[in-house]
Amino acid sequence: MTQQADTPQDTEKDTGQPAAPARAAAPAPRPGRFDAVRRRLPKSTFARHALAALGGLVVVFLVLELTNPFRNSQFATMSYYAIAAVGLTTLTGLNGQISLGHGALMAVGAYTTGLLLGPDADGAALPLPIVMLVAMAVTAVVGVVVGAAAARLHGPYLAGATLALAVALPGLAIYFDEWLGGEQGLRIAAPRPPDWFSDAVYFLSANETPGVKYLAYVGWITLLVVLLLMANLKRGRVGRVWQAVRDDEVAAELAGIRLGRTRVIAFVVSAACAGLAGAVLAVVVRLAAPSGFTIVLSLSLLTAVVLGGLGSFTGALLGSALLVFLTPTVTNLGTSLGLDATAAAEVAPFVYGVVLVLVMLLAPAGAVGVLRKLWHRTRGNHPGSSTRRSA
Amino acid sequence: MSAPATTAALQVRGLSASYGPVTALDGVDVTAEPGRITAVLGANGAGKTTLLRTISGLVRPTAGQVLLGDRDLTRAPAETIARAGVAHVPEGRGVITELTVEENLRLGALLGSSRKRTRHVIDDVYAMFPPLAERRARHAHTLSGGERQMLVIGRALVTGPDVLLLDEPSLGLAPRIVAQIFGLLRELVDDAASGRLSVLLVEQNARSALSIADVGVVLNLGRVVATDSAAALAADDGLRHAYLGF
Amino acid sequence: MQQFLNVTLTGLAQGAVYSAIALALVLIWRSTRIVNFAQGAMAMFTTYIALSLIEAGQSYWVGLLVALVSGLVLGALVERVVVRPVEGGPELNAVIVTLGLFVGFQALAAILFGSTFVSFPAPFDLRGFTVGGVNIAFTPNSIFVIAAVVVVMLALVALFRFTNLGLQMRASAFSQEVSRLLGVRVGAMLTLGWALAAVVGSLAGVLIAGGNLVSPNYMDAVVVFGFVAAVLGGLESPGGAVVGGLTIGLLLSYVSGYLGSELVALAALVILVAVLLVRPQGLFSHAAARRV
Repeated sequence: MTQQADTPQDTEKDTGQPAAPARAAAPAPRPGRFDAVRRRLPKSTFARHALAALGGLVVVFLVLELTNPFRNSQFATMSYYAIAAVGLTTLTGLNGQISLGHGALMAVGAYTTGLLLGPDADGAALPLPIVMLVAMAVTAVVGVVVGAAAARLHGPYLAGATLALAVALPGLAIYFDEWLGGEQGLRIAAPRPPDWFSDAVYFLSANETPGVKYLAYVGWITLLVVLLLMANLKRGRVGRVWQAVRDDEVAAELAGIRLGRTRVIAFVVSAACAGLAGAVLAVVVRLAAPSGFTIVLSLSLLTAVVLGGLGSFTGALLGSALLVFLTPTVTNLGTSLGLDATAAAEVAPFVYGVVLVLVMLLAPAGAVGVLRKLWHRTRGNHPGSSTRRSA
Repeated sequence: MSAPATTAALQVRGLSASYGPVTALDGVDVTAEPGRITAVLGANGAGKTTLLRTISGLVRPTAGQVLLGDRDLTRAPAETIARAGVAHVPEGRGVITELTVEENLRLGALLGSSRKRTRHVIDDVYAMFPPLAERRARHAHTLSGGERQMLVIGRALVTGPDVLLLDEPSLGLAPRIVAQIFGLLRELVDDAASGRLSVLLVEQNARSALSIADVGVVLNLGRVVATDSAAALAADDGLRHAYLGF
Repeated sequence: MQQFLNVTLTGLAQGAVYSAIALALVLIWRSTRIVNFAQGAMAMFTTYIALSLIEAGQSYWVGLLVALVSGLVLGALVERVVVRPVEGGPELNAVIVTLGLFVGFQALAAILFGSTFVSFPAPFDLRGFTVGGVNIAFTPNSIFVIAAVVVVMLALVALFRFTNLGLQMRASAFSQEVSRLLGVRVGAMLTLGWALAAVVGSLAGVLIAGGNLVSPNYMDAVVVFGFVAAVLGGLESPGGAVVGGLTIGLLLSYVSGYLGSELVALAALVILVAVLLVRPQGLFSHAAARRV
């Protein structure tokens, strides 16, 4: 039950660091706690979000240039978790649906990427962005099929159906083994940074761009674009419709919202994110194999989303960061308790499980909910309009 | 649990309860004496059902006391209160429709036998309500409204209660059946052999309730506005027009 | 023809196990409106407890017994400690709690017992009977599997139909409020329900392990098949769960025998989605249409 998707390509060392860089790198998707600052920001929501994304890009650049290759690979790993977690948040937090199938949807994106890029770095016919868009589109199409079925289900039924998806889909890779590589999976060539990209980075930082860092850039730029689009979607008409559906289906239906169509669209958008995440995973891990997309992957994503706080993109980022940066710490803890390497690798999923249960029992609003509560308590004010988006 | 020779009165003192910010009961005093039917009357939303639900432990009181004899049942769990001898017959769907008639009664008799003082056994209920005897093996969802009401009353009786809390037993029933059920209730209370049962009868149909009750309590917006003998309440035109609707 | 017979017989034995898992899910769903996605993981865990005992030299039967008893304790503990607080709350919270238990138990088993495949002994011969000179895929062990499930089911039927405890458990499942008004200790009944379900689940875990390889995730697919079977049977009805389990066992066996074993889980998904979309109340339920 090793989580292949989780393993950084570099040798593991120096893993006891706190997760602070991740938080620093997380761009604020929701500007405007401070009115004075807000007044100087652009009026249009999209422009404000775009500005935040640009700011995020600067932070990403600084963090990736200032950290070592091992950290870079961790950031690359975090980026695909975060992309998928943002997609899952869109579905679970905003629309009230749950999916345990996002690991399987990531597999669709990863295998598509693998088929298009191939095992030979020079043989790739298509540039990486195109490959990623195709992977996203293919996953979105699968999302239409799954979503059409899922739209009519709720709660435990939906969870069961998507769990079945997560269990079933790896079988396809084995059934079509000539094409999809069976148990061994598809080996994928890591794309090399284009010259203009390396030159640009060198111009700004006087650093070279090794493959690992390039992939971290690819992941984080994708993540920023996804965040920008999702934040906009959420603030816009579509997002309000989704939240209306989540909060009260009957009222939403009376207001003329077509529940089924809304749910399918939410699922497709979410699936598209998972597909992108799978594409990033594929190039980072350089492998798409059934063992990388077990049910544990879906449950890890759920942990990230629940831990951060359902419905909050900040929470999704925070959760993904914790998932990636705490995992080595937890694994080391296992080793120091005398576990062998394979057993120590299981400490992290064990902690995910405990965390899922504890968060639901103690703080169902997740980390963001807890922080928000503390913030309001210390400031002595009550939740205002900027925090109406509760889990 | 020892069986006292005479059953104890149910005393409700200053009982308050609320649903979130909405106060449903506000310092209600009611006493249900053994061998008497105490009718709790009032309009829709007066707090009648909440009163019964708070007595039987389904709703937590915010203040006040519920005493059975000298035993304090305030804030006890519903199952403990039931075991103490308070049988609550809830409004409408008190029948477990997925069980058969016989199983519903057996469930009541289980409580009765664990109290070791069963005065009515299942056969007595069948004798009392012949339609139930005919349908004993049927699932309760096949019963008519009147039959369901018979079943819940019969089920409450086999628990061997000291206090019977009845919530709107006349709801949705034909007048003939209401008369039959009320007549039976009066007989039960008057029957010395039944061990001097106390009945707290919640009714919106005030006229029929007062016709069989000994004492009446009128609730309005969660407060007691009148407590008197049934005859006196029925004779008070002002009160009747203001609160009882007849 | 011989292959058809073999596939059918294999399907029956597997269906019996799926029935047991489905029954465990139904028992819990009926009383607490929670689908226990951790059912398989819990069963896996108690199966490993049995395996440790067997490897330490105890007999298969001691292992089985201890697995069932630890299932009982585990089910009760899980209900009391982590499920009780989310009962009656938002359904997503309960789903997430059972998923947390799922991944937690699985990882814990990997830590304690290792994550490699190990073989679990079967109590009876795994060689097929010979009928008219032809060896068929029906073994003495298959008979044991089916018989064990049948015995447990009959015991449950007897409990629910003929005992006061069973009556109180059913009453609690159908109407908690009325049951409490009749003095039934509903909390205790729910705990008992989870405990019994975990016993049935544990039985299924040990039975399916017999003569096979086990690893911490060997029940993942089984719990999904059990869920499909339970939904097929309407999720409310124990009888439906049994029929659903046998149906799924047969269908999946045909898929495995004629199309390929990799497609079994996919077939289960297709059946599940088809049932949910076409006949959400299940194939064997008399209940009116309900929301899924």
